[in-house]
Amino acid sequence: MKKQKFPAYYSIWHKLGHYGLQYSANLVLAFLILPILVIIPLSFNVEPYFTFTEGMVTFDPDAYSLRWYEGMINDPNWRLAIKNSLIIGVFATLIATILGTMAAVGLSSKNMPYKRLVMALLLSPMIVPLIIIAAGMFFFYAKFGLAGNYAGLIIAHAVLGIPFVIITVTATLTSFDRSLYFAGLSMGASPLKSFFDIVVPMIRPGVISGAMFAFVTSFDEVVVVLFLAGPGQRTIPRQMFSGLREQINPTILAVATVLIAIAVMFLITLELLRRRSDRLRGLDEHA
Amino acid sequence: MTTQGATDYLSFSNIQKSYDQKTLVVKDFSLNVAKGEFLTLLGPSGSGKTTVLMMIAGFESVTSGDILLDGKPITSTAPYKRNIGMVFQNYALFPHMSIAENLAYPLKVRKMPKDEIDAKVKEYLELIELEHMGGRKPAQLSGGQKQRVALARALIFNPSLVLMDEPLGALDKKLREQMQLEITRLHKKIGFTVIYVTHDQTEALTMSDRIAVFNDGVVQQCAAPDVLYEHPENSFVADFIGDNNFVNGTIVAEDGDFVTVKIANAEEEIATKRGDCGPIGSACRVSIRPEKLFIMPHEPACDNKINVTYAMRLYVGDFIQYYFKLPDGKDIVVKVLNDHEAPKFDEGQPIGLTSLKQHCTAYAAT
Ligand SMILES: Nc1ncnc2c1ncn2[C@@H]1O[C@H](COP(=O)(O)OP(=O)(O)O)[C@@H](O)[C@H]1O
Ligand SMILES: [Mg+2]
Repeated sequence: MKKQKFPAYYSIWHKLGHYGLQYSANLVLAFLILPILVIIPLSFNVEPYFTFTEGMVTFDPDAYSLRWYEGMINDPNWRLAIKNSLIIGVFATLIATILGTMAAVGLSSKNMPYKRLVMALLLSPMIVPLIIIAAGMFFFYAKFGLAGNYAGLIIAHAVLGIPFVIITVTATLTSFDRSLYFAGLSMGASPLKSFFDIVVPMIRPGVISGAMFAFVTSFDEVVVVLFLAGPGQRTIPRQMFSGLREQINPTILAVATVLIAIAVMFLITLELLRRRSDRLRGLDEHA
Repeated sequence: MTTQGATDYLSFSNIQKSYDQKTLVVKDFSLNVAKGEFLTLLGPSGSGKTTVLMMIAGFESVTSGDILLDGKPITSTAPYKRNIGMVFQNYALFPHMSIAENLAYPLKVRKMPKDEIDAKVKEYLELIELEHMGGRKPAQLSGGQKQRVALARALIFNPSLVLMDEPLGALDKKLREQMQLEITRLHKKIGFTVIYVTHDQTEALTMSDRIAVFNDGVVQQCAAPDVLYEHPENSFVADFIGDNNFVNGTIVAEDGDFVTVKIANAEEEIATKRGDCGPIGSACRVSIRPEKLFIMPHEPACDNKINVTYAMRLYVGDFIQYYFKLPDGKDIVVKVLNDHEAPKFDEGQPIGLTSLKQHCTAYAAT
C-alpha cells in the first residue's frame, strides 16, 4: 500500500502551507550557508581574484592551488595575528570559564541575595552594543595602563565571554539534583571536594560549551580589538579587517576557510557533548 | 509525650526550627534514641519530618535547642564531619560513577587503602545481592536495585547514625514491601542506629522498634508499634495510626482509669478508658477500632451497646467493612472477617453494636 503523504483531512490550504513553509525554510538556509560555502573553493584560486575563473568552473587542477594558504603561513603579519588570536582567546576563555562557572554556581544558590540584578549585570555585555562597550573600555582601561597590551585585551574578551559561560552552566545547574551534593557531604567529602567530585562532572558539558562560546567570541571579536589593541596585538579578525582595505587578495579567503573549519569542529564537539550530558543525566538508559 | 525505655545515644532537647523567623515549622522536638535502635518519625506530609532530618544531617541550621550524638553536641559541627549516613528519597546515586565507585566514594574520602576499599565494596555488594552489577552505572539499575545501592552506600563507612527520608516513596507497593524486609534484615544483621522518616503508617508499624508520631511541629507520642496502636495517647495518634471510629459524646461519670460517656443525640451511656479527655461534663470523642466492634447478636460478654442504623457494606476480600449511622448521623465502621457468618442487612435497619470497655478510649473533643 502506498504511504500517504498527507492525512486525508488536509485541504489545499494545508498543503500549500506545508510546501510554503518547506521552501521558505530551505531558502533561509541557502542564504545563510551559500555565502560561506562559496569562499571555500575561491580560497584555492590560483589567480589573485575573488571570482571563479574559467579553469575553476571546468575543474582544471591547474586552476587550483594552495598558494594563499602558503601565503598566510609565511606572512609574518598573519602569523602574528594567528598567534595573538590564540594567546588572547585561550587566556580570555580560561578566565571567563572559571569566573563564569563560579558566578553561575553562586547565582543558583537559594541564599543568593539580589540574584536577578546581579545576573542582569553579568549578562549585560551580551546586550549592550559592542561599540559602546569597546569605547567605554578604551577610556577606562587606558587609565590603568591596560590599553595596547595583552592583559587589557584578555580581560576585555573575558568580560565578553562570561555571559555565555553563565548561561550554559546555569542551564546545566537547573537540572542538577542538589541532593547529590548533599549526599557527597553526608559521606564525609568537604564542600570543595563534593563540588569537584560531584558537581563539576555533572555540569562539565555546560562548562565546556560555555568555554567554547567564550573562545569563539574572542576569536571573532574585532570592535574591542580595534579600540584596545596596539600594533603588536593584531588578531586574525583585525588583520582581515585591514587586509580588506589594504592588499585585497584571497589570503583572506584562506584564513576564512580555516576559521570555518574550526567553527564546524566546534559545532560537532558541542553536539557530542550534548549527547554525553543526556547520557549522564540518565536520559539514555543504555549508557 | 513519652520517651520511655531509651538510653540517650542520640538526644534532641527542645529543638525549634523556623525558616522565615516568623512561624515555627518545628515547635518543640524532644526525643531520645538508643544505640542500635530503629526509630521511625511518622507524620503527615508537611509536618516537618524532612526538616528534622536536615537539621540532624546539618543541611539546615537549628533555630534553638540542642542535638547530642553520643553525648556530644553536633549542631556546631560541619555536615561533612558528622559521620552520619543518609539515604535520599530519589536515591541520589552519582550518575557518572559506577555502582562500585559509588560504594567506594565514602571510603576514598576517608583515605582507606585501596585493597581494603575493594574488599569492603565486594562485601557490601554481596550484602545487597548485587555482586555482579558493580561495573554498571546507576541508570542501568531498576528502582529497587538503586535503593539497595543507596542503602549500602550510607552504611559502608560505619556511620554513627543513618538517616532515611522516605526511602521507599518512589517504589511501587510490591517492591516497597520487599525493601521493607530488606532494610529490616540489614538492620538486624549490622545493627546500625536509624532515624527513618515516612508518612506511611504500615511501613512504620512493620519496621520500627519505636515510632515517634510527629504533627504540628511536636512529637505527639513516641512508643513501640503495639503500644502506639493499642494505647494512643491522644486522638491525633488514635486517628493517624490504623483505622479508627470516633463517637462524639459527653463525660457523665468517672471511675479511676475509666469514664462513662453519654453518646451524642442518644440516651445510651458507654464505659471507656480515660484518654486525654477533660472532667465530667466536658465533650469528648470515643475511639473504637473497627475490628473491636461486634454486630449483635455476637459476643455475649460485652460492656457497651450502641444503637445504629445500617447504611452499606464494602466487600474488601479477607474482611467485609460495614458502614452504620450513629444517632448524630456520623459514620461508624465495623470490620468483620469474611467467613460464612458475615450477615446481610437492609438499608436503615436498626442494629446494635457491642464492644468491651478496654477497647474504647475517650479523648478530648477537637
Ligand atoms: N527550605 C525551606 N524554606 C522554607 N520553608 C520550608 C523549607 N523546607 C520546608 N519548608 C516548610 O516547612 C514545612 C515542613 O516541611 P518538611 O520538613 O519538608 O515536611 P515533611 O518532610 O514532613 O513533609 C512545610 O510547610 C514546608 O513548606
Ligand atoms: Mg519530606
